[in-house]
Amino acid sequence: MGHETHVEVRTQAQYEYDKAHSRAHMRKQVVNFAIMIFLTFIAFAAVLADFSPTFIIPIILLLAGIQVVLQLYAFMHLEDRSTHMVGVIEFFIWSAAFIAFTFFVAFTTIIWWGNY
Amino acid sequence: MSSVTQKKGFGAHVWDYLTTVDHKKIAIMYLAAGTLFFAIAGFEALLMRIQLMFPESTFISAGLFNELLTMHGTTMLFLAATPIIFAFMNAIVPLQIGARDVAFPFLNSLGFWLFFIGAVFLHLSFFLGGAPDAGWTSYASLSLYSPGHGIDFYILGLQISGAGTLISGINFIVTIITMRAPGMTFMRMPLFTWTTLVSSSLILFAFPPLTGGLFLMLVDRMFGANFFDHTMGGNTIIWEHLFWIFGHPEVYILVLPAFGLFSEIIPVFARKRLFGYSSMVFATILIGFLGFMVWAHHMFTVGLGATANAIFAVATMAIAVPTGMKVFNWILTIWGGSIKVTVPMLYALGFIPSFVAGGVTGVMQATAPLDYQLHDSYFIVAHFHYVIVGGIVTALFGSAHFYWPIMFNRALNPKLGVLTFWIFFIGFHLTFFVQHFLGLMGMPRRVFTYMGGQGWDLFNFISSIGAIMMGIGVIILVIDVLLSIKSEPVNRRDYWGDGRSLEWAIETPLPFYNFKQTPLVRGFDPYWIEKEEGNKEGMVYAEPLGEIHMPNNSILPFIMSIGTMIAAFGALYSPWGDQVQAGTATGAPAVVSLALIIGGLGLTIACMIIRSFKDDLGFHVTVAEIESIEADLANYRATGKKGGNK
Ligand code: HEM
Ligand SMILES: [Cu+2]
Repeated sequence: MGHETHVEVRTQAQYEYDKAHSRAHMRKQVVNFAIMIFLTFIAFAAVLADFSPTFIIPIILLLAGIQVVLQLYAFMHLEDRSTHMVGVIEFFIWSAAFIAFTFFVAFTTIIWWGNY
Repeated sequence: MSSVTQKKGFGAHVWDYLTTVDHKKIAIMYLAAGTLFFAIAGFEALLMRIQLMFPESTFISAGLFNELLTMHGTTMLFLAATPIIFAFMNAIVPLQIGARDVAFPFLNSLGFWLFFIGAVFLHLSFFLGGAPDAGWTSYASLSLYSPGHGIDFYILGLQISGAGTLISGINFIVTIITMRAPGMTFMRMPLFTWTTLVSSSLILFAFPPLTGGLFLMLVDRMFGANFFDHTMGGNTIIWEHLFWIFGHPEVYILVLPAFGLFSEIIPVFARKRLFGYSSMVFATILIGFLGFMVWAHHMFTVGLGATANAIFAVATMAIAVPTGMKVFNWILTIWGGSIKVTVPMLYALGFIPSFVAGGVTGVMQATAPLDYQLHDSYFIVAHFHYVIVGGIVTALFGSAHFYWPIMFNRALNPKLGVLTFWIFFIGFHLTFFVQHFLGLMGMPRRVFTYMGGQGWDLFNFISSIGAIMMGIGVIILVIDVLLSIKSEPVNRRDYWGDGRSLEWAIETPLPFYNFKQTPLVRGFDPYWIEKEEGNKEGMVYAEPLGEIHMPNNSILPFIMSIGTMIAAFGALYSPWGDQVQAGTATGAPAVVSLALIIGGLGLTIACMIIRSFKDDLGFHVTVAEIESIEADLANYRATGKKGGNK
C-alpha cells in the first residue's frame, strides 16, 4: 500500500495523441459553456419580454433542469466512463435528483399552489 | 512505533483518545458517549413516567415536563441511538469488508467530535436557563414563541451534531464502495455492511433538508428573519415539511442497521445461511427509496387535502411490503436451523414479534382517515416505541453481547444477559402495550398530567411500573459491562464458534492495523467457507506480508469542533434574537456576539486550512515491526502478560 510517485516519460506519438485529445476536450468544454450561457440568456429574455408567469416559471424550471444535467456530464465529468465506480456515482446522483424532484413536486402542489 | 500492548499513563491515554483516528477506538468513544446519553434520556423518561403514574400528580411541573419530553426524544434519537449504531458500524464494518480503516480516518474523528460537542452543547441548556421545550419535532408554531434560549440550544446543538452525522455517513459510503477486500463483490457483502451503506446514503440525502430547516429557524429566532412566521408572510408548515422530509428517513437510518445487525446474529445462531440474501438486499434498497416518499404521513391532520393524504397513505403502506419480506426471511432462516439460544439470539427472537407489532400499528396509522383519530394520542407513542425499542434498542443490546468479544476482547456474562433481557423485555411490553388502549380511550400524547376517573388510571400505573422494570434491566446491563472489565480476556477468533463473516476470522485483541494481510474473499460468508474447507489460519490472504500504510493521529478534529461550539455561543447570545428583543432571554453586546461567531468559525476554518496545506502522508509499519507486534500479541494471548520492554 505504498505511495510511489510515477514519473512517466512520454514518446512523441503519445505526446501528439494526448495533445489532440486535450484539444478535442477543450473544444467540448467551450461548446458546453456556450450552450449554458445561451440557456441562461433565454431565461433572462423570457422575464424581460414580460411573458405571463404561468409561461415563464415552467420554462425557467425546464431550462434549469437541462443545465443541471449538462453540467453534471460536461463539467463534473460524469461522461467520463473510465472514472472509477462511475456507475455507482451516477446511481447516487440520479437517486438524489429523483428524491429532490418529489420534494419539489410536493412543495409546489401542496404548499405553494394557490397560496400566493 | 510502540506496540499496542505497551503500558501508558492516564494522560497519554486521554491524549490518545482525543487524537485517535483508529476506527476501533472511535467506535469505543461512540459507544461510551451514546451510552451516557442513553442513560440521561432514560432517566428523563423515568421522571416523566413517575409524574404520569398517578392522576393530577405534582411530582414535576408542566414546564419541566415539556423540557424533559423534548430532551428525551431528541437525545434518544440523535445522541443515543445514532451514536451507538455508529459505534457498531465503526467497530465492525471495516473488519467485515477486510479494510484497514475507514476511507477518511480524519473525518471519522471529526464526525465523532462534532457529534459529541453538539450533544454537550445541547445539554448545557439545563444549566444555562432551561432546556428546549417544543418537542423533538420543534414545530415552528410553538418553537418560535418559546421564551428563553432553550430552542436556540436545540437548533445549534443539532446543527453541530448533525454535521458530524453527515460527515460520518459520507465516510461510510466511500469506505464500503471503495475499500472492500479483493473478492468482496457487492453481492457478497454481509447484510450489516449493506444496511450501513443504505443507511449512510439516507443520511446523505436526509440531513441536508434538516440542516436547511434548522438554518432557517436559526435566522428566524436569532437574527430576526421570518421564514416560518405567518404574521410576516412566512409559512410555518414549511418547517413541518422540512423536518419530516428528514424525520421519516431518520427512522429508517436507525432501523435499517438494526435489521442488518439481526441479519448477522440470526444466521450465526440458527447455524444456517441467511435465507433470501438477494431479496434482503433488494428490500433494504427499496425501503431506503420509499422512505423518502412518505414523510407527509406525519402531517395527515395538517390539512394537505384528500389527494395528498391518499398518495402518502398508499406510499406508506407500500413500505410494509419490503419490510414484510425481511421478516419472512428471518423466520425462514431460523426455520430448520439448529438453533442456539444465546443472549443475542434471545434479543433477535424477542425483536421479531415486537417489531411486527410496531409495523402493524404503523400501517393502521397510515390509513389517513383512521389517523385523524389516532394522531397525537398515546397510540402514536405506543407505535413508535414498539419500532424503536422493539426494533432498535433490542438490536443494540443484542449486538453489544454479540460483538463485545471483538470490541473489547472480553465477553459479557450470559446469565446477567438473560436476566437483563427478560426484565427489560417484559418491562417494555408492560410500558407500551397498554398505551395503545390509552390512546384509543382518548389520552393525548405530550401531556404532563390527566384527570382521574376517566378509566386511564390503571393503565398509566401499569405503564410506569413497566418503565421502572426497563430501568432495572438497563442497570443490570451496566453492571454486566463493568464486571466484564475484570473478567478473563477471550483471546481468540470466532468467539461464538459459528461466525460466518470476516470479522470473526481475526484473533482478538486486534492489532491497530486489523488483518496483517488483506484477506481474499471467496464467496458469501467467507469465513464460513474457509472453516468448511478446514482452514485453521482464519483466511487465505490476497497479498504477501508487506509494509502497512496507516494514518497519523490528529488533534485538529477536536479543535475544529470546539470552534463550532464557540461560534454557537455567539449566535445563541445574539442581541438581534426575537426572545432577546422581547426581553425573555439574555443577549450579549453585538461585538461580543460577533467576535464569538467569527472567532469560533475562524478557529475551525484555520484548522481546515492547516489540514489542507500541511501534507500528512501517514506512516508505514515495516514488516519487522508487524512481526514484532504479532509476536507480542501472541505472547499476550498465551501468557496474559502485556508485552515487555520491547
Ligand atoms: C412499517 C413501517 C412504519 C409505518 C407504516 C409507520 C407509520 C407511521 C405513521 C403513519 C406515523 C404518524 C402518526 C401520527 O403522528 O399521526 C408514525 C409516527 C412515528 N413513527 Fe412510524 N412507521 C413505521 C416505522 C417506523 C420506524 C421503523 C420508526 C423508528 C425507528 C418509526 C418512528 C416513528 C416516530 C418517532 C413517530 C412519531 C413522530 C411524532 O409524531 O413525533 N416508525 N409512523
Ligand atoms: Cu414516518
